[in-house]
Amino acid sequence: MDAGTTLTIMDIRPFVPELTLLCAGLILILLDLIVKRKEIVAAVGVAGTIAALYATYKLFGYAQPQYAFFDMFVLDGYSSFFKLIFYLNLILTICISVKFMEIEKASCGEYYSLLIFATSGMMIMASAADLIVLYLGLELMALSTYILAGLTRKRHRSNEAALKYFFLGAFSSGFLLYGISLTFGLTGTTNIRDIAHAIYALNVMDSPILYLGMIFIVVAFGFKIALAPFHMWAPDVYEGAPTSITAFMSVGPKAAGFAVLGRVLFDAFGGMQVQWTSVLIPMAVLTMALGSIIALSQTNIKRMLAYSSIAHAGYMLLGVIAGTPEGLTSTANYLMIYTFMNIGAFAIVIMLRREGFRGENIEDFKGLSKSHPLAAALMLIFMFSLTGIPPTAGFVGKFYVFMELINSGYTYLAVIAVVFSAISAFFYLRIVMYMYMKDPGEEIVITTSPSMSIALAITCVMVLILGVFPSFLLNLVRYSILG
Amino acid sequence: MPGTYIPWDYVPVMIVFAFAVMIGLGALVGGLLVRPRRPYAQKLAPYESGNPPVGEPRYKFSVKFYIVAMLFVVFDVEAVFMYPWAVAFDKLGMFGFIEMMLFIFILLVGYIYVWKKGAFVWE
Repeated sequence: MDAGTTLTIMDIRPFVPELTLLCAGLILILLDLIVKRKEIVAAVGVAGTIAALYATYKLFGYAQPQYAFFDMFVLDGYSSFFKLIFYLNLILTICISVKFMEIEKASCGEYYSLLIFATSGMMIMASAADLIVLYLGLELMALSTYILAGLTRKRHRSNEAALKYFFLGAFSSGFLLYGISLTFGLTGTTNIRDIAHAIYALNVMDSPILYLGMIFIVVAFGFKIALAPFHMWAPDVYEGAPTSITAFMSVGPKAAGFAVLGRVLFDAFGGMQVQWTSVLIPMAVLTMALGSIIALSQTNIKRMLAYSSIAHAGYMLLGVIAGTPEGLTSTANYLMIYTFMNIGAFAIVIMLRREGFRGENIEDFKGLSKSHPLAAALMLIFMFSLTGIPPTAGFVGKFYVFMELINSGYTYLAVIAVVFSAISAFFYLRIVMYMYMKDPGEEIVITTSPSMSIALAITCVMVLILGVFPSFLLNLVRYSILG
Repeated sequence: MPGTYIPWDYVPVMIVFAFAVMIGLGALVGGLLVRPRRPYAQKLAPYESGNPPVGEPRYKFSVKFYIVAMLFVVFDVEAVFMYPWAVAFDKLGMFGFIEMMLFIFILLVGYIYVWKKGAFVWE
């Protein structure tokens, strides 16, 4: 990489989706200074996201991966599919937060630009072909989400959430950098594909230092994905952060974490599959167990959904453990489905929030079906989907992960996962029980807005359609990742 | 072979690092061994250029100072990135120029933002 190499404008081409989104973020910062109505800022944010989505769609047609910035950045089907998840996450989050942030009295234009910058960070992570670029994207995502978690400045819990997230996030960044430097020290490169070649060429496959470097990198991603035993931050942060941000955080950084986990483990440490599988299997079992069992005793719905998202991270990890590209496909498929059902569930929680009432306790759902049958029915669908009951999409997601797991010969893991999945049915269905079988304690008022209705319509329809016709999404993800 | 490789390029750095630690620790430990130790209240008080100490050393600063300091860091970093460009701008060519203009533009947006938000107004 000498300075004499000429760069041309064409080198930026694979970076266009990120650039589009970053430009939208900058425009929002300036727009916020001029425009008083936050709905307009939000609408421009959605328009920018759709523009980036279009750019990704146009570039998607190329069969070959395109590299940019001296092979440090890659645009391929794998990253494009994850970017689709990030766009959906961003659009749905913006839709559910317009009214909510007004009620929280934290309605500011920075909110939307920070969401966009965080999403750009995730996109750079998914497209990183070099560990340094990966780290850059991770920090862009993380720094933006730290601020977002503490955006309701007057609430102590929000401050606590932001600070906790920041400290543990900084800690995990340290792990990542340590892992990167150990790997670099042994292989002499930070390029993800060159690492794989160097491991063979230098014959360092059995080096304990490489093993250590790989574990450090996995630990750092484990923090972002909230895999046990690195999940400690998740319940507190999810509870304290504004609910719309909780929805955003429970999908985006998790998807980005899985994107880089898949790429680094398969591309850089592809030859060490036996080693990393032996690290991931105990983590997956522990994650599913802790998530499903601790969620049983929660009374706050945001905490319950936090533990539920930990358990789901465990199921998604099973696709990576399967160790085949098809396994990775099932994880990506699950993530897309999870985006819809999880944001949908959080949207219902947000609807219960009104002036002077938090609506975050499971008790608050008592008798919802009597006063608001539609909201209760939607929550029912999302809860069924999170449990994995057909004909909802959650079932399809779990089905393909377990299928790939069994195809790779880990039948016992699939059995464990099904057992924990059955345990998790208890706390999801308890909410349904509260909504349908208990009498309302006090009058429930729900706050709704047009954008909220759009978000709920999208999530609900997608959860049902993908549950009945899973082949569309499956073909898309297969085409993206397997080629 | 793993374990036998010594990165010779970094050995001087390690030696300097070892010296730095030795000098720092040596001064502290040496002083501890040599100096007489006769403490009394006036001696233990913090040194305030001969004046008797007044009040607690920690008191609240106005947040404005922090804002100014942070803004300084942001725009200082911008200037730092211009040096390598200034050295190699003829080699980087048009691409480097456009990249740099983008970089400056992004910082300009930040500048307009802090300006409009009133970060430069002292009162």
